[in-house]
Amino acid sequence: MLLQDKDRIFRNLYGFHDWRLAGARARGAWDGTKALIEKGPDWIINEMKTSGLRGRGGAGFPTGLKWSFMPKNDPRPSYLVINGDESEPGSCKDREIMRNDPHLLIEGALLAAFAMKAHTCFIYLRGEFIRERERLQVAVDEAYDAKLIGKDNVNGWDFDIVVHHGAGAYICGEETALIESIEGKKGMPRLKPPFPANVGLYGAPTTVNNVESIAVVPDILRRGGAWFASLGLPNNTGTKLFQISGHVNKPCVVEEEMGIPLRQLIDDHCGGVRGGWDNLLAVIPGGSSMPLIPADQCQDLTMDFDALVKLKSGLGTAAVIVMDKSTDVIKAISRIAYFYKHESCGQCTPCREGTGWMWRVLERMRRGEADKREIDLLFNVSKQVEGHTICALGDAAAWPVQGLIRNYRHLIEARIDERRSPVKEAAE
Amino acid sequence: MAVRRLYPEQPLSFAFTPDNLAWAQRQIAKYPPGKEASAVLSLLWRAQEQEGWTTEPAIRAVADMLGMAYIRVLEVATFYTMFQLAPVGKTAHLQVCGTTPCMLRGSEALIEVCKERIAEHPHELSADGQFSWEEVECLGCCANAPVVQIGKDTYEDLDANLLDRLLHDLHSGKPVKPGSQTGRQASCPEGGPTTLLEEGKRGTEKV
Repeated sequence: MLLQDKDRIFRNLYGFHDWRLAGARARGAWDGTKALIEKGPDWIINEMKTSGLRGRGGAGFPTGLKWSFMPKNDPRPSYLVINGDESEPGSCKDREIMRNDPHLLIEGALLAAFAMKAHTCFIYLRGEFIRERERLQVAVDEAYDAKLIGKDNVNGWDFDIVVHHGAGAYICGEETALIESIEGKKGMPRLKPPFPANVGLYGAPTTVNNVESIAVVPDILRRGGAWFASLGLPNNTGTKLFQISGHVNKPCVVEEEMGIPLRQLIDDHCGGVRGGWDNLLAVIPGGSSMPLIPADQCQDLTMDFDALVKLKSGLGTAAVIVMDKSTDVIKAISRIAYFYKHESCGQCTPCREGTGWMWRVLERMRRGEADKREIDLLFNVSKQVEGHTICALGDAAAWPVQGLIRNYRHLIEARIDERRSPVKEAAE
Repeated sequence: MAVRRLYPEQPLSFAFTPDNLAWAQRQIAKYPPGKEASAVLSLLWRAQEQEGWTTEPAIRAVADMLGMAYIRVLEVATFYTMFQLAPVGKTAHLQVCGTTPCMLRGSEALIEVCKERIAEHPHELSADGQFSWEEVECLGCCANAPVVQIGKDTYEDLDANLLDRLLHDLHSGKPVKPGSQTGRQASCPEGGPTTLLEEGKRGTEKV
């Protein structure tokens, strides 16, 4: 039972059709936007709550609820900030939205901003997405020219969009680091509280949402929150862009129903695991920060927030990294550890020092040059990084290491034994 | 974190071209009054596009334009890794993604090609000064791995042979085509889509 095309939101996911305003309109964008706005902010927030949409940036926090946290009757301006920093290894979905269907995002931004009484929106793209930024800017300019946004626009809510960009820093995907970055500083996360809804961009109430979360808003409001909620599984509703990379025959991005079985996702859309399902070693189900899941637990696995949490992993951004049996899994995780070492902003000691330490130990384990007691030591150190930092990068760095040790301790030990075996020493 | 320092040999001065200066003023005007610092990334980026790399005089000039202390802009330039703090190859600077999704699909072979054809070490100029390379962290094109970014464009679905040919074409001034190097459309499954096979207008049922 695959998602039907009529229920797909991203109809130009691959860019086969016109991405500009005319094409987007032909696909149904900007249809009756004014009527949606006339129903009022409370109606919009209620529909979003009914839809059950959980934030698509990784944490899975209910979007409608997040919007309702914005203070009412505050004299300060309110801001909507859209997070298009997309830097979690494995994730490549927001890119497709921004370059192939940018008007979904722009219309969604207007509706979301109206619901939160914001007149200004900043869309923050990662610095590397230069062509995507150019396209998004063209689409924003088109929307201004057609009076869909801007002052005195046809939709009846004054609204400005600023396309902003980073310059190569994973940490700017963290919402408070992103706010710091827009303010022209290093992207170092802020302590919470105060939360951005109270003290955010320029000290004003701010909501930060992922690109995909905002881009699905117009369809949810046009078709009704109940339609979105009818797709997927309870508490894990709607459609989702899955991104499958690594050892599959045909890596791709595809929109599917939440809760689709992993095996169906890989077999139906990706031409199967390289060398067949039995050649599967493990998957990282939600971007690099999520602990890997060995093949024996993948057979009946469904891709939703709750099922993956039960396996001590997570859906994250639904970026599935597939590893077949040819993979050196210690090396694969060590490379992820290097990523976090490189991207740590350096603000908190456990993360700044811990990420480098974990990577160096993993590199020794990869070569079998470690001591077996260091496996427990590594696990303990990862626990001292996790939960002891201002932002979740510390957790993100610790989880993959913990997942490796939980599931592949025997491999690490075998590699140490192999290195130490007298036969090998004699051969050398 | 990565240690990033300014290059020891710096030019004496920096000035935006008149076009870039006008562009910079428009960028600054996008932000609320008093929040000019918000434009720092876009101005530094334009300065780098103009000069080829991020120089100390450019950092000072941007700070002066935005009313920021030099140290604040220096912090930004050294924090964000897309600012090249040393000169890069004139024809192309290759940013090879080496993070796990690309590694699983062969990015190490691409780095070998770079070492062989460009220079032994990252950030080192080729003998003719035309090329340089570095390993970067995830470029966000994982379904099209492995990926190399050159300037504004990404070159996707690469292997050692395809990268070798790309470098050859860049060297001889032949036009190159960004995107997938195996001819697939964006992140669509190879051989054609498995979804969205029906053409026509999106259903817009009334609520």
